[in-house]
Amino acid sequence: MTDLRLENVVSGYGKMEVLHGLSLEVEEGEFASVLGPNGAGKTTLLRTIFGVVKPWKGKVYFRDEDITGFPPERLARMGMCYVPQEESIFPSLTVQENLEMGAFIRDDDIRPRIEEVLELFPDLRDRKQSRAGELSGGMRQMLAIGRALMLNPRLLLLDEPSTGLAPFLVDAIFDRIQKLNEEGVTIFLVEQNARAALRHSDRAYILEGGEKKAEGSAQEIWEDEEIGRLYLGR
Amino acid sequence: MPELIVYGIVLGSIIALGSVGLTLIWSITDLFNCAHGDQITAGAYFALLAGSLFSQLGFLQGKVGPFSFNWGVLLGFVPAILLSAGLAILIDRWVYRPLRRWGATSIVGFIASIGVAWVLRGLIYIIWGADFHFYSTGLRPMLFLPLGIKLRTDEIFIIVVAWAAVALVYLFLKRTKMGKALRALADNPPLARVAGIDTERMIVWAWAIAGTLIAIAGVLYGIETQLRPEMGWIFLLPLFAAIILGGQGSITGALAGGLVMGIAQQVSTAWLVPSYKPAVAFIIMILVLLFRPQGIFGRRRT
Repeated sequence: MTDLRLENVVSGYGKMEVLHGLSLEVEEGEFASVLGPNGAGKTTLLRTIFGVVKPWKGKVYFRDEDITGFPPERLARMGMCYVPQEESIFPSLTVQENLEMGAFIRDDDIRPRIEEVLELFPDLRDRKQSRAGELSGGMRQMLAIGRALMLNPRLLLLDEPSTGLAPFLVDAIFDRIQKLNEEGVTIFLVEQNARAALRHSDRAYILEGGEKKAEGSAQEIWEDEEIGRLYLGR
Repeated sequence: MPELIVYGIVLGSIIALGSVGLTLIWSITDLFNCAHGDQITAGAYFALLAGSLFSQLGFLQGKVGPFSFNWGVLLGFVPAILLSAGLAILIDRWVYRPLRRWGATSIVGFIASIGVAWVLRGLIYIIWGADFHFYSTGLRPMLFLPLGIKLRTDEIFIIVVAWAAVALVYLFLKRTKMGKALRALADNPPLARVAGIDTERMIVWAWAIAGTLIAIAGVLYGIETQLRPEMGWIFLLPLFAAIILGGQGSITGALAGGLVMGIAQQVSTAWLVPSYKPAVAFIIMILVLLFRPQGIFGRRRT
């Protein structure tokens, strides 16, 4: 089964077309990355999948169901969650409250799930009652991912999880994401940091100027010198 | 001087009630609601309506304990709150929600709210006239406290009720799921939407809370002075100054800002003619905007 499939998706803001007919696929349980420079349309891609931006044309499928134009809340209920790149936490809420808000649409007891998420990110446990805005960059990113995990998603969309983090923290974050993937969560992330993303991915796409320039296994993309030179700045 | 500070706390408590709702609406919908003051006026008149209805029916005439008003006015809080919250929700549905749908900028909402303010005030003039109204006639019992402070028993009631209401709203925002979601939405609206928090539903909640606090502020101010169609309008400036002082979206900031505005305005009358009171609000607002635009309790927006 494919967890995510895009067919000729055209999308943008106002009159500005950003994605010019993009198609891609992510298999169940896969770790897939979209790499590309600033302004390639990576964030727009995630926002379009998650229904924050409505696609102008084309279709989006989640687990073979047509979800084109579904609002975020509905997708969250269906098992898709999204970690935005910036402002991905509620700064004046506590860590605990941020996690609670991650499960806002759940009406049952969410305390066991908070415990599970804190098992994954033990550093957050000691800061449960701190205001999220007081956390360091790495902790914020963990909280942002933790918040998105509150609904037990099947598919996790991540926008540049390495942004603004020191190299050792980038590795730590990617290790956690890899661990999630091993536990069965399908990962679809967009990154500028090709090295970190490709080291952990199964499949990769190259996006530039709103168009898909290449696709293949992470290994192929990493070893392709031309792709490296043209798009990844190597 | 101590007396002026105490009067300032009385006035500040009323301003604080209004400012919590105002800052909540501002941070969630990006609307600087110019009708807030006139909604306060409407809240006061709603209680007057209820009170006179009770007295025409001939009950609830007895004075409440040591206070100047009767049971009809005290019970009048309930319909005043319901009508005020309902009015706030209706105004949003008829005016601000269509504007949000059209993607209007916040300046459009701001100007629309001035229109709402004038309509409300006009309706109050039409229905109740320009004359002053009073919740009660007769004596207003006075207390003589140390330091030469003369305080009306009513004013103790005002402070207690205002802060009890504020405490309840604070608990609601801190403890309940709905309250946390409101704070989350005020904090980071795009992420709140991603988390499945329904913005429009939350806005209704925010207006209900604002409307409740507005009604309480209006009735309390009516008890403190008298009812007149312009009574709430003059609050607008101190309200804005209070939430700018407190920082956008900060509930505690709005409370502290309201208190500061009340005290500053009253204390200024030691040196200034009382009609210059609003200028004090202006000066504080300008100073805050010049030197600490994110407010005393606010955080810098990134």
